[in-house]
Amino acid sequence: MKAVVTIIGKDNIGIISKFSTVLAKENVNILDINQTVMQEYFTMIMLVDLDMMKIKFSDLQNKLTEAGKQISMTVRIQHEDIFNTMYEV
Amino acid sequence: MLNTKNVIETIKMIDRYKFDIRTITMGISLLDCCDSDGKKSRQKIYDKITKTAEKLVPTVEEVEKEYGIPVINKRIAVTPISLIGSASSDKNYVEYARVLDKAASEVGIDFLGGFSALVQKGQTKGDQILINSIPEALSVTQKVCSSVNVASTKAGINMDAVKLMGKIIKNTAYLTKDEDSLGCAKLVVFANAVEDNPFMAGAFHGVGENESCLSVGVSGPGVVKTALEKVKGESFDVVSDTIKKTAFKITRAGELMVKEVSNRLGIPFGIMDLSLAPTPEIGDSVARILEEMGLESCGTHGTTAALALLNDAVKKGGIMASSHVGGLSGAFIPVSEDEGMIQAVNKSSMNLEKLEAMTCVCSVGLDMIAIPGDTSESTISAIIADECAIGVINNKSTAVRLIPVYGKGIGEEAEFGGLLGRAPIMAVNKYSSEAFVARGGRIPAPVHSFKN
Repeated sequence: MKAVVTIIGKDNIGIISKFSTVLAKENVNILDINQTVMQEYFTMIMLVDLDMMKIKFSDLQNKLTEAGKQISMTVRIQHEDIFNTMYEV
Repeated sequence: MLNTKNVIETIKMIDRYKFDIRTITMGISLLDCCDSDGKKSRQKIYDKITKTAEKLVPTVEEVEKEYGIPVINKRIAVTPISLIGSASSDKNYVEYARVLDKAASEVGIDFLGGFSALVQKGQTKGDQILINSIPEALSVTQKVCSSVNVASTKAGINMDAVKLMGKIIKNTAYLTKDEDSLGCAKLVVFANAVEDNPFMAGAFHGVGENESCLSVGVSGPGVVKTALEKVKGESFDVVSDTIKKTAFKITRAGELMVKEVSNRLGIPFGIMDLSLAPTPEIGDSVARILEEMGLESCGTHGTTAALALLNDAVKKGGIMASSHVGGLSGAFIPVSEDEGMIQAVNKSSMNLEKLEAMTCVCSVGLDMIAIPGDTSESTISAIIADECAIGVINNKSTAVRLIPVYGKGIGEEAEFGGLLGRAPIMAVNKYSSEAFVARGGRIPAPVHSFKN
């Protein structure tokens, strides 16, 4: 299963490293990264592959949220399908 | 690969514009729970519900997390209890309601619908017992919802049942007087009730349905309003198109999620209900969508046309997005559950007569309307009869959920809390309909119902 990780918050040093460390530790492969700054908010969107992940989805979700809290960023991880279904006929 | 714009838009929809799935409702047939011994029948009901729906709440929560879209309510709809109870020799079905309530708490759902009877043409023994049990049943349970279908395009209007329901509503209001007559918020009177409606209080699992199935009701008034803010001043062609596109997106998300829940539970997907359902929260109002179209206040002239457009465009967008559409499907206009509607009533822009007109073009009817506690039974019955006439003649579902708030009058407010919201008490016509309602009998089916 592929999922989309969205990280939103004030721009800061080390954001990518912070989250990629969490993902790598749980065997989650990053397939694509996209980042923009919208209205002074840093937005990073990652497409990740969860097939080799060693832990449960909800556990990864908690770990990412925890990592986000440490640097005051909001993190979401959602199944990729939601974005495909909503925007494609 | 990834379309950043779509990802950001979806997240905004959820975070800022209150996009959510209003309900995932599991329909469960109780037809195999009939027994000549009421006690045994209730044990079968309890066992069946708790077994079939055992994993409903945890599974929905799991999917909710994975897709990141909140599902506000998890509910159950069961076969109308009048059908199940009538096999027994019981003279009162309150115990059935208690068992349903207990089963609902056990599986952790929010509401359970199906304490219902279908009496559009006439009443059986079981129907009569059920209807007479409603006031007490709703006063001793928390999660049980009740509905009675009193009219249909094919059968006409059962005016005996309409008359009786006026009394039942008043009794329910009295028995739940300590909570602003909350019991009436869990009781709806229908014309042309549908068998696969996932929304409360009118949900029940019809006899033509599967053994069990999952239906879903999406929400999203906030999302539609925000989309319309971007097309200010544009023609209605653009307005309609914008609503269609938005309805498409939210319906697709709902269908994706319910199909996933259905896979995991091994229970078939029933239908997608395309209703825009408001909540009392700011930014989640259907009335505000109508105002966004250019009305100074919901209820003013033009409101019915605006609602007709909204209702139609939501259906068109949603039908394209879902494999099976059903339920009520349209915009809901409950008063107490819609922040914009409450404001409109408070500033005398909205009244009962305008709401009645609006029900001609929307999916439900006079919904969650608080009226003075001293309104007579016959006036309530007459309001039901009017609403049934609209449904029967226009071949659509209509419903009445009125709350004659015991001990309160015009200028006061009823407070129900949570999703049920609060309602300013609205005036009813002061002239009597007593002799009209007293006639009883049936209003025959309209000529256009004979299509065979």
